Amino acid sequence: MSALRLSPGRALEAAPAPAPGTPAISVDAVTKVYGPRGNHTFALDRISLDVAPGEFCCLVGASGCGKSTLLNLLAGLDSPAAGTVTVHGRTSLMFQESALFPWLSVRGNVNLALRLAGVPKSERDDRASELLRMVRLKGFGGKRPHELSGGMRQRVALARALAQNARVLLMDEPFGALDAITRDLLHDELERVWQETGISVLFVTHNVREAVRLGDRVLVLSSRPGRVVDEFTVDIPRPRRLDDADVSSLSGTITDRLRQEVRRHGA
Amino acid sequence: MALEIQDPPVRSDREAEIAGLDALDVPIASARGNLARVWDGLWPKLTALGLFFFGWQAVVWAHLKPDYVLPGPITVLKALWHGAVDTGPSGSHVLLHAAATTMQRAALGYSISIVIGVVLGLAVSRSRILRAGVGSMITGLQTMPTIAWLPLAVLLFKLSETAIMFVVVMGAAPAIANGVISGVDHIPPVLLRAGRVLGAKGLNAYRFVILPAALPGLVAGLKQGWAFAWRSLMAGELIVIVAHKPSLGVRLQNARDFSDAPGLMAAMLAILIIGIIIDSLFFGVLERGIRRRWGLDRS
Repeated sequence: MSALRLSPGRALEAAPAPAPGTPAISVDAVTKVYGPRGNHTFALDRISLDVAPGEFCCLVGASGCGKSTLLNLLAGLDSPAAGTVTVHGRTSLMFQESALFPWLSVRGNVNLALRLAGVPKSERDDRASELLRMVRLKGFGGKRPHELSGGMRQRVALARALAQNARVLLMDEPFGALDAITRDLLHDELERVWQETGISVLFVTHNVREAVRLGDRVLVLSSRPGRVVDEFTVDIPRPRRLDDADVSSLSGTITDRLRQEVRRHGA
Repeated sequence: MALEIQDPPVRSDREAEIAGLDALDVPIASARGNLARVWDGLWPKLTALGLFFFGWQAVVWAHLKPDYVLPGPITVLKALWHGAVDTGPSGSHVLLHAAATTMQRAALGYSISIVIGVVLGLAVSRSRILRAGVGSMITGLQTMPTIAWLPLAVLLFKLSETAIMFVVVMGAAPAIANGVISGVDHIPPVLLRAGRVLGAKGLNAYRFVILPAALPGLVAGLKQGWAFAWRSLMAGELIVIVAHKPSLGVRLQNARDFSDAPGLMAAMLAILIIGIIIDSLFFGVLERGIRRRWGLDRS
C-alpha cells in the first residue's frame, strides 16, 4: 500500500509503507487559514484526528466547522498552512451532488474513472459491470445521469468512487439532498458496500442520527476555528436502524454536545 | 432458440425495495414516434415559408415597384431553377458551380476559424493574464463589421483567395473563441472538482472534462461563428472578385450590373437556403443531440 503525505506548501508525496495498525488517515495539528494577512480567519486550527484502516468515521459539526476544507486537504485538492496530512492509499471524494458527467452514460462515467485510475482497457468493461452490480444498477449502464433519480445517481457516484481503487472514501454529506425513504435505503447500501470492500470511510454530515446510524465513531467539530472537541464511540451492534432506541439516545447526547458548541458563538 | 441467462430472482426485501424505488423513479419515456417528431418540426417551417412567399407576392401585387426591379416569387424561383439546371459556356451548371466555389471557401475559412477560435478560447478561458489582456479585445473584434476589414485585406493580399479567407477568419474566429470562453466559464465547479478527484490532470483534464463540459457553449459559439463566416464570405465575394472563379457573390454583383433582378434574387435565395440548411440540419441536429444527452430537452 502506498501512502501520500501532505505538508505545508508541498504537493502530495509518498510516505513509507505503513506498519500494521497505522491509521489510514492521519491528520496532525493541521491549520488552514483564509483571508488576507492580519485579517484572516482560521478554517481549521491545529486539528488532529486519525481514522483506522477499515473504520467508518463520521464527522458532525455546525456550519463553519471547516468540514469541506478538511476533505479538500485529504483529497489532495488543497494544502495545509501548517501540520501534516497523511493518507495511506488513494482517496476518493463524494459530494452532496453526484457530480456525474452529463455527457457520459452511467457506464461511461464508471469507465472514465477506471481509465484515469490506469486500469487497462481490456479489464475496464468487466470491472465496470462488477461495480454497477455492487450498487445494484446492473441494468442501467446505458442510461444518462439525468434519467436517474437522485438516489440512483449517488449510487453511480459511489460506483465511480470505488472505481478509483481507493482505500479511503471521503464523503461530503452525500445523502443530504435525498428524500427520507431513499436515504434510509442508501444507509443500508453504503454499510453493505463498506463491509464488502473493507474501505475506510470518513463521512461528513449535519445529521447526527445519520452519523450514529452509520459510524463506528462520531467526532464532533467546533466551528470557527474547526477543531475536534469531542469523540463518541458507537457500540451499537449492526445492522442498526435509524429509529433504534440506542441510536436515538446516543444521537440526543451528541446533539446536546453540538448545541453547546453552537451556543458559544451566540454568547 | 438462444439460451437466455436470467438474473437470480430478487432475494431479499432490501433488494426488492431498492428495485421498487428505482422503478418508481425512472421517468416514463414519451411514446411519440420518429416520423411524428419530424412532422412536428416540419409543419411550422413550411407554414412560415408559405406565409413569407405570400407576403412577398402581396408586395409585388401592390405594384410599389415595377416588375423588372422587384419580381414575384414565381419568377425568382424559375430563375433559381434555371440557374441550377442550365449549363454555362464551360458546360457546368452555372448556379451550382458558383455555389460549389462559395461552399469550398466557406468550408476552408470556417475550418481555419474553428482551429484558431478553439485554441484562443481555451487559452483565454484558463489564463487570468490572457483573459485580462485579450478577453475584451476578442469581444471588440466581434463587433467590428466584416466590411471594415475588406480594404485592409485587399491592400495586404490583393484580389485573391487569401483576402477572402482573411475576412472570413476575422469574422468567425472571435465568435467561436467567445463561445468557448463562455462554455468554459459556465462549467459547474463541482464537475471540475470531480475531474480533479478522479485524477484528470493537465491534458487529460481538457480531454475528458473541460472540453466535453464546455460543449454546449462551444456549439453555440460554432453556430454563431458559422453565421459570421457566411456573412463575411458574402461581403468578401462581393468586393474581392477573383478572375475565372464564379461564386455566389460574383453572381450577385453581375446580376446587379446587368439589372437582372430575378437572377439577383435567385442568388440571394440560394444564399439563404444554404444558410438555413446548414443551420437546421447541421447545428439543429447537433444542439438537439446535446440537449437530449444533457437532459435539457423540454419536450
